[in-house]
Amino acid sequence: MIDTALWIALALFCAAIVLNFYRAVVGPSLPDRILAVDTMYMNSIALIVLFGIWVNNKDYFEAALLIAMLGFVSTIAVCKYLLRGDIIE
Amino acid sequence: MLDTMIEGAIAFMLIAGGAFAFIGSLGLTHLKDFYMRLHGPSKTTTLGVGCTLIGALIFFSREDGPVIQELLITIFAFITAPVSAHMLAKSALHHKLKPDPRTRGNPVELESEKPRHTIEESPQGDSPLP
Repeated sequence: MIDTALWIALALFCAAIVLNFYRAVVGPSLPDRILAVDTMYMNSIALIVLFGIWVNNKDYFEAALLIAMLGFVSTIAVCKYLLRGDIIE
Repeated sequence: MLDTMIEGAIAFMLIAGGAFAFIGSLGLTHLKDFYMRLHGPSKTTTLGVGCTLIGALIFFSREDGPVIQELLITIFAFITAPVSAHMLAKSALHHKLKPDPRTRGNPVELESEKPRHTIEESPQGDSPLP
């Protein structure tokens, strides 16, 4: 049962990443692209965790935590750059 | 019996997480303007990733005791998603992105800049002499 659910979840997350990539390429404005990349790293966290379930290894959670922290900091940095024209004032 | 129920819970969490994340990304692709598009990823995708991580937590704590590291990522995602959505909305207002006519709300930042002084100034210099 878990195998089937794992495959369905993997397919859904891959489709979600493809949709995010479409928005990141097409997106008419700069905040659209930032939002698409933000969503893409959230989805890749889930993909890495699903891969950890697939190979039955709980060490992959550290990679997911690293991606979460770096992604949040980079999103805030780019937004700050758009708002103020500078990151650290 | 208990094993089957736990497996069912894991499978339900994984499929629910995948479905939520897919719906959020579909909203990101399909909706009309940026202020609508911000809703999908900032709420739905966060919930989807949280569901998947809780499913992974149940999966890994089946064999040898509770494993709570996955809960760390869930809490981190639930704290940081509103902050990044707020910053994105602020930068979109700063850039004055055009809202769709169906988007409700009328923020001050989006109003077109009208001239403050409405006193009619008499034309000087380029009017023809009487």
